[in-house]
Amino acid sequence: MTTYYSEDHEWITVDGDIATIGITKNAAEQLGEIVFIEQKEAGDDFAKGDEIGVIESVKAASEIYAPIDGEVIEVNGTLEDAPGSLNDSPEGDAWIYKVKVANAGQLEELMDLDGYKALIG
Amino acid sequence: MTDTPKRTPLYDLHVELGGKMVDFAGWEMPVQYPMGIMGEHTQCREKAGLFDVSHMGQVILRGENIAEKLETICPSAFTKLPVGKARYTVFTNENGGIMDDLIVTNAGDHFFLVVNASMRRQDIPHMAANLNGIDVIEIFDRALVAVQGPKAVDVVGALCPAAVDMKFMETIVADINGAVCRISRLGYTGEDGYEISIPDADAEAVTRAFLVHENCEPAGLGARDSLRLEAGLCLYGNDIDNDTSPIEASLNWAIPKRRREEGGFPGAARIQRELAEGVARKLVGIKPDGRAPARQGVEVQCANGHTIGAITSGGFSPTIGAPIAMGYVSTAHSAAGEKINLIIRGKAQPAEIVSLPFVQQNYKR
Repeated sequence: MTTYYSEDHEWITVDGDIATIGITKNAAEQLGEIVFIEQKEAGDDFAKGDEIGVIESVKAASEIYAPIDGEVIEVNGTLEDAPGSLNDSPEGDAWIYKVKVANAGQLEELMDLDGYKALIG
Repeated sequence: MTDTPKRTPLYDLHVELGGKMVDFAGWEMPVQYPMGIMGEHTQCREKAGLFDVSHMGQVILRGENIAEKLETICPSAFTKLPVGKARYTVFTNENGGIMDDLIVTNAGDHFFLVVNASMRRQDIPHMAANLNGIDVIEIFDRALVAVQGPKAVDVVGALCPAAVDMKFMETIVADINGAVCRISRLGYTGEDGYEISIPDADAEAVTRAFLVHENCEPAGLGARDSLRLEAGLCLYGNDIDNDTSPIEASLNWAIPKRRREEGGFPGAARIQRELAEGVARKLVGIKPDGRAPARQGVEVQCANGHTIGAITSGGFSPTIGAPIAMGYVSTAHSAAGEKINLIIRGKAQPAEIVSLPFVQQNYKR
């Protein structure tokens, strides 16, 4: 398994052609206390850069942008009733989607952990 | 405004306490501390929160017949406002809209006013131009700190016993930690509490002295906004502005009978007409059924899909654990219990009109 990071502060862990997507700890800290998430449904296709959800904190709403092309195969349904878990465990239990990777080449355009650490300073 | 944001006398303390500083109305203010907005909000509802509100405009009026002259630019009554009492009011424009909302205090040999930070540059010249013979003196050397919550009386009372027996909307001048302060029992959270005007040089020491109390924690602008929204209190620029009248905003209580009958303030014609004939739209509380917060600008539709208004303030209520909002809707759809839809990101989300406030106010009457 390899984990990649996007400039929109998502992590993407890839196992074969299945990727798990979530937001980084840094993103969760910047957003503040999360009170709502709107997610796509299993079966939805998306292209890199598409809006694939919305996260709202006590401060503001933020869109989730697709880091790669793919299809949603599983939605973490526990987040709807417990959006605060995105603050508690953003890089663990509070993953957002499992997706089927449509274009593995796009993964190479993402950052590794060192690259992401450099991005957030 | 492209000026460098200004700093209050408590700036260094905010940074030391871990405050996340943001630019607000030209001031560098803490939006939250490490406790977080929800924690600070709950702290204020259950114990006491301390807010730096030094960015607000503090103004002294000196001269003859201040009360009568203020009545020419505000629809409230001041001629019988006793010494040591404060009153909420608004400046109205010629069209009956609201130029700003403010607190007016009769301080005996002068009047003391607190206006919104964002409107200082308008309000000072407005008063100078319209209060003939009155000296309008903007105060630049005093901080303003709010201590709010059911334990505020213990926090402030520990340093100033005279504050304990004050009632809501009363004001005194008293010594706190060696500094001469003006203490007013009021606030913007719906809770009991105080706003305390402190000389700049003493502001940090007095604030630290409050924070020593086990029940007092610093709170930022984020909690201040969610607290006032739960309490159904208007935010100038969101819920009231130059287009909205005090009657549309349900601020009728700020306009007593004599002023309604006599008029004699800017925009009286509209306000008297609205009092007699009713308003076309009203500010109401709105409770979304689901979890999605409805923020400022969200369209409100009636059950039949027609646009009836828009959200002016909205967010998440930590006390209720669900989203809440305020907005203007056409009067025909403004009754509590009315089912409406909020158009959030293109989708209709069911909601209901509810009476304000969302959380019961808890003032020391």
